[in-house]
Amino acid sequence: MVSYIIRRLLIAIPTILILIIASFFLIQYAPGGPFTSERPLPPAVLANLEARYGLDQPLWKQLWDYLTNIVLHFDFGPSFKFKDRDVNDIIAQGFPISLTYGSLSFIAATVVGVGLGVAAAIRHNSWIDYAAVSMGIGAQALPNFIMGPILILVFTLWLGWLPGGGWNGGQWQYLIMPVIALSTSYMGNIARLTRSSMLEVLNSNFIRTARAKGLPTRTVIWRHAMKPTLLPVVSYLGPVFVYVLTGSVFVDLYFSTGGLGAAYVGSALTRDYAVLLGVTILYGTLTVFVNLITDLAYAWFDPKIRY
Amino acid sequence: MKHMSKLALAALMSTTMLTGAALAESHVPEGVTLADDQTFTYRQLDEFSSLDPQIVEDVDGSDVVRDLFEGLMNQDADGNLVPGVATGYEASEDKKTYTFTLRENAKWSNGDPVTANDFVYAWRRAADPETASPYQWFMELMSLENASEIVAGEADPETLGVTAIDDYTLEVKLTAPLPYFPQMTTHSTTFPSPQSVIEEHGSEWTKPENIVSNGAYVLEEHLPGERSVRVRNEMYWDNENTIIDRVVALVINDENVALTRYLAGELDRTDIPAGQYPSLSEEYPDEAVSFPRLCNYYYTFNVSDSGPEAFKDVNVRKALAMAVDRNIIVEKVMQGGQPPAYTFTPAAVAGFEPPTLPWTEMSQAERDQMAKDLLAEAGYGPDNPLEFEMVYNTSEAHEKVAVALSQLWKQKLGVQATLANMEWKVFLEERGNQNFEMARGAWCGDYNEASTFLDLLDSQSGYNDGKYSNERVDELLEQAKTSDDTSPLYTEVEEILYEEMPVIPIYHYAGVYMLDSDLGGWPVDNVEQNWYSKDLYKIAE
Repeated sequence: MVSYIIRRLLIAIPTILILIIASFFLIQYAPGGPFTSERPLPPAVLANLEARYGLDQPLWKQLWDYLTNIVLHFDFGPSFKFKDRDVNDIIAQGFPISLTYGSLSFIAATVVGVGLGVAAAIRHNSWIDYAAVSMGIGAQALPNFIMGPILILVFTLWLGWLPGGGWNGGQWQYLIMPVIALSTSYMGNIARLTRSSMLEVLNSNFIRTARAKGLPTRTVIWRHAMKPTLLPVVSYLGPVFVYVLTGSVFVDLYFSTGGLGAAYVGSALTRDYAVLLGVTILYGTLTVFVNLITDLAYAWFDPKIRY
Repeated sequence: MKHMSKLALAALMSTTMLTGAALAESHVPEGVTLADDQTFTYRQLDEFSSLDPQIVEDVDGSDVVRDLFEGLMNQDADGNLVPGVATGYEASEDKKTYTFTLRENAKWSNGDPVTANDFVYAWRRAADPETASPYQWFMELMSLENASEIVAGEADPETLGVTAIDDYTLEVKLTAPLPYFPQMTTHSTTFPSPQSVIEEHGSEWTKPENIVSNGAYVLEEHLPGERSVRVRNEMYWDNENTIIDRVVALVINDENVALTRYLAGELDRTDIPAGQYPSLSEEYPDEAVSFPRLCNYYYTFNVSDSGPEAFKDVNVRKALAMAVDRNIIVEKVMQGGQPPAYTFTPAAVAGFEPPTLPWTEMSQAERDQMAKDLLAEAGYGPDNPLEFEMVYNTSEAHEKVAVALSQLWKQKLGVQATLANMEWKVFLEERGNQNFEMARGAWCGDYNEASTFLDLLDSQSGYNDGKYSNERVDELLEQAKTSDDTSPLYTEVEEILYEEMPVIPIYHYAGVYMLDSDLGGWPVDNVEQNWYSKDLYKIAE
């Protein structure tokens, strides 16, 4: 197990390095640059700006400087757009916000989704099943960029219960709408996955044996059926966790949360190379680690898997 | 004398304290009762790029910087120059030297006096290649002595044509006589900056905990992507006459969400999404406002070598321009009170009288007929239809206009225009390299004078993406730089543009806002929309 973890971590280093290099060149390949604007800068001014940010250097030199600054100083460079801030600043400010509402959405989607799925499977073909399935499909059909404006319309304009946006240090009133908007579609998916997986498990031989031996339904479900049911769900949850953090751009834009999603997409549009690279590295690293954790979790859920 | 004024000031201050806001009514109309809560909250489209006056480049950032810092001159509600830190100025006979007199009671928020040296420092800093300001060129535009050499790295920033004669006298030397030079000192690049604070904190100096500013407000809080808050600067020289206590800028990217939050009472000002002005002005007649702005919207022909052969024929260009029914575009597509454009320069520009051109006298039916004749003359018709591609940057509003244009051309002239949209930076790159046939363009004036628009069509201009070139136009624009009466010159340029039609003017912009009826003092007549929170006030309900 320990040697497996160490091996995986060692593989992570070249993976992330390849990610950095590929992203670095892909960004450069996109037409336009950070200082392309409607008012083209006079050549002398452009030269000064490029010199200030080292963009006048050959590409390999820029890449080398970039990598050494990360390794030696943990410095991800300056932002070309937000000239009062650097990449470390932008991530330090936006990531905790994304992480907060992302994790809450993840927990909400998982708990409610699994609950709905299990309830639907146990009462298969009853009204609970139909209600859960319709809710699941409804939630899945509502992408967060539709949910956002609808929630604001209902809770802010019509009911006047919640503030229409902002973060305010993560006060609960400001969290409700972002979490609902972000978690609903995942909730629907998780419910659907759990339901079908649970139905399959409930029909398998070991459950029949458990029932035959006279165990109460509750014990059958919780002790025997739950773990194998969640196995396919867990493999879905890993990417979802990274996705609620990266895919949160709509939440940031609609609810003015100040999270990292908006900064990430914005940096791609403004060709803010350093910010784009910095956040890509952050999300890439996160993906690598979450994948590792997911793989380790398999071993707990399925006794047949051993590392 | 000094003693006297101090006494007067003391008297003034005590009265202010006694009667509260009653005295602070220099810009509040009589009979208006002020609200207890003087907080102004508005929507900001995007996170601003910087709060450093020499570096900021976007409109949202400039709005904040204009509150935090004060330059030599300010603008009033109509866009006229009024004293800022300077009480006035004198121009030399040849208009190449300007001497500004600074007020002695102007202070930084830390209590230090604002002196001429703060301006010298700021202007040198703006031109200094080390600062790497995207607005370095503004120092060149101001024609300051040695500005170009400094930006090019050929001269020391200290050689810039700006000197502090003493603490309260600033002398500026120009390479060309600029009659509108004082207007340019309302631009944020020219605002003073606090040398000691910048040297102490470096690029961190604009953070709320570090920043020191000399305007009517100081920065209290800045949460990027969420909001920023500025509060009254107690040290500001005209603090007694400031009414708004607190200004909150909320970053709301989506204009429909912003409108919902406005209607829920969270905002005092927001933008009206395209097409919604008619219904909103019916439902909220006191709140929906539309007024002319200093911006134009046009399509440019690529007349360079890489452009299509058809567009080298003036008849084709003119036919396409004639067939655009501008009333359909502004009344059915934009629906925000935009004025239709028959000149490149907006009529709202100060001192610009739009000339009477043949097509302004015609009805649309006459223009359509002329368009058909011109196109037939150029050899295009049902057997040989004109085909081209028009590009615009991806946006819902631009797409609507492009669709309307191509339909108008198709119906009236049988022209086949293909639409192509591109992401913003790709669009700029392609347009800048003449990789297009016809492209969308729009321009907002840097200052309130026709040359800020017409210079775009100077053959030497870096912004002339269609590569139009006419010697007479270049000559007239050169003359306008130093002329006392520019009006006939600009009229002639517009007449040439009508005859040659290198661009198709479509409409001129309108500012279309929802303004809370409790908000007073919004400068709807300031076409540049240079607004100052200190001139606003909230009315009691």
